[in-house]
Amino acid sequence: MATKLLLAKAHVEGIRHFEVYRREGGYAAVEKALKMEPAAIVEEVKKSGLRGRGGAGFPSGMKWSFLAKPEGVPRYLVCNADESEPGTFKDRYLMEFLPHLLIEGLIVSSFALGSNRTYIYIRGEYAWIVGILEQAIAEAKQNGFLGKNILGSGFDCEIYVQRGAGAYICGEETALIESLEGKRGNPRIKPPFPAIKGLWDCPTVVNNVETLAAVVPILNMGGEEYAKIGVGRSTGTKLISACGNINKPGVYEIEMTLSVEEFIYSDEYCGGIPNGKRLKACIPGGSSVPILPANLLLKTAKGETRLMNYESLSDGGFATGSMLGSGGFIVLDEDQCVVKNTLTLARFYRHESCGQCSPCREGTGWMEKILTKIENGKGAISDIDLLWDIQRKIEGNTICPLGDAAAWPVAAAIRHFRDEFEWHVNNPELCQTQNYGLAHYADPIHVPA
Amino acid sequence: MVKFSEDKLKEVQSMIDRYPEGKQKSALIPLLHLAQEDFGGWLSAETMDYVGSLLGIEPIEVYEVATFYSMYNLKPVGKHVFEVCHTGPCMLKGSDDIIAYIKTKLDIKVGETTADGLFTLKTVECLGACGYAPMMQMGIDYREHLTEAKVDEIIAACRNKQ
Repeated sequence: MATKLLLAKAHVEGIRHFEVYRREGGYAAVEKALKMEPAAIVEEVKKSGLRGRGGAGFPSGMKWSFLAKPEGVPRYLVCNADESEPGTFKDRYLMEFLPHLLIEGLIVSSFALGSNRTYIYIRGEYAWIVGILEQAIAEAKQNGFLGKNILGSGFDCEIYVQRGAGAYICGEETALIESLEGKRGNPRIKPPFPAIKGLWDCPTVVNNVETLAAVVPILNMGGEEYAKIGVGRSTGTKLISACGNINKPGVYEIEMTLSVEEFIYSDEYCGGIPNGKRLKACIPGGSSVPILPANLLLKTAKGETRLMNYESLSDGGFATGSMLGSGGFIVLDEDQCVVKNTLTLARFYRHESCGQCSPCREGTGWMEKILTKIENGKGAISDIDLLWDIQRKIEGNTICPLGDAAAWPVAAAIRHFRDEFEWHVNNPELCQTQNYGLAHYADPIHVPA
Repeated sequence: MVKFSEDKLKEVQSMIDRYPEGKQKSALIPLLHLAQEDFGGWLSAETMDYVGSLLGIEPIEVYEVATFYSMYNLKPVGKHVFEVCHTGPCMLKGSDDIIAYIKTKLDIKVGETTADGLFTLKTVECLGACGYAPMMQMGIDYREHLTEAKVDEIIAACRNKQ
C-alpha cells in the first residue's frame, strides 16, 4: 500500500467533526508548531521539498521565505480553493471529507507566516463546502485552536471563507487577490509579487488547498522525513483526480514513484479503461498541460517508463512530454475525437479569458472559431496552420499564465494529432458520423494484459 | 422596493466584519450572492444599486463586478436553473447527449426559459466534478452521474414541488 499522508483518515466515520479528528491525532501539528519559532517552521517546509500543488510546482518553502515583513504592516495568508482547472477536483474532495486537515494546515501556516487574518477563497460553485468549512472553523474556535491567544501562545488568528462567483481566472493568485478585494478578477502585473504587495497592498502568501494541508504531515514527521518519500524533486505524496474514460474515476493519493501505466490499469487506482477499449491519449495534469498520445504517455521518447511525478511527466519538454500540473488526469479512449476535445477546451479558455490582454482575449476567440469549423467539416488545411500560428502568438505574450494555458492544449493537439485534424478537413462528411480512432499509430498501442 | 430584512442586514454586517476597517468593498461578491438569492434569482439594476449603497461604493463598481462573474444572472431566470457542464471531461462522458435530451424534454434552447417560468437551461464551463460526469448545477447543489432517467426524475421532482 502506498503511503497516505493526507487521505489516510478520509473514511473514518465522523472525521468531519472536531472530536473525531482530534481523537485520530488531529491538531498535533498546531500544538507542535506553536512551541516553535515561525522561522523554524518555514525551514521545515523548505527541507520537505514541498512544491505548490495548484499546478505551477513552485517550491513552497521558498515562496514563504520571500514574504516581506515590514514593521507594523499586517501580513496575510490566503488559501486558494478556486479549483477550476478542467479535470481537477482534488481540493474539493479534501475540503469535503477532511475539512479539519485544511484548517489545521492553515493555523500552522498562519503562525509560520504571521497572518492573524487568513482567508479561504473558494470557487463560488462549491457553495455547499462553505458550510462544511465554516463548521470546522467554528469547532476549532470552540476548542481554542482559533481566535485569541491560541492555546495560550499569544498568537491570534481568524479564518474566513470567501466565495467567488464563477471565474477560472481567479485561481491565478493576483486575480484572486483582486477578487478578494471585491473587484473583477483581472490579474496584476508582476512585480511587485504578492509576497511584497498583495491583499490590500500588504505582504501576502497565496497557497493551494493541498499545499497547505501537506504542511500538517510535514510538521508532524519533520521536513527531512517527508522529503524521503517520493523521488528527486518530487517529494511527498500527490493527490490525483482521475476522470474521463476509466473504470474508477476519483481522487487518489499517490507516491510519485508510481508509473503512469500502473496508475491507469491497476485496480488500486483507475482500474483500466471501460469496455475493453484501448487508450488513445491523456491530459495528465489538468486541461492546460499538453495532451500526450498513448505511446508517449506510458514511455518517454527515450523509452523509459513514465512516472507520475513532476520530472518524469515533463521529460522531453513539450516536444514529447507534458506536465504533472494540478494532477487533473483526463483519459481519452480510442472512440474519442481529439479535435472535439480540443474545441471544448478552447471554448473554455475563451469563456474564462478576463479580456485584459489582446493576444488572449482575441486569440482564444479565434481558436474556438477555427476549431469549430474544423470539427464541423468546414475547415481547410490552412486553418490548421493558422491555429498553430495563433497559439504561438498568445503564448508568453500575456500578463498572466492563462494565455499559455489556452495555447498549450491547442499546440499539443496539433503537434501529436495533426493527421486527425487533416482527416477532418479531408473528410468533411465522414467526420460528422465517424471518429478517426487510433489511425495515428504506426507503433502498436498498449493493450492491457 | 429592494430591501433586505433585519436578519439579512445582520448577515450583511457580519460579512463586512470579516475585513479590516475601510475594506468593506471586499464583501461585494458575497453580498451579490445574497442579493441574488433574496431578490428573485437575478440582479436587477435596482438590486445592484442597493448593494452598492450598503457598502458605500459607486453603482459602477457593482456593475463591473456583476458583469464579470458567470454565477450572477443579469436577467430573470426560471425557478429551477439547470447549468449543465460541457467542458472536455464532461463531454467525454456524454454531456452533449444530456444537453440535447434536456432541450427536447423541456422544448427550449440553451439560454432559454420555459413558458411557465419553471426551468432555465444554461451550459457552463467546468465545475470541478469531472470524476462524476456528466453533471449539472441546480441552485447550490450538484447533480452528478446524469442519465436520461435521472434527468426525468429531477424534472418530475421540480414539477411536483409546484
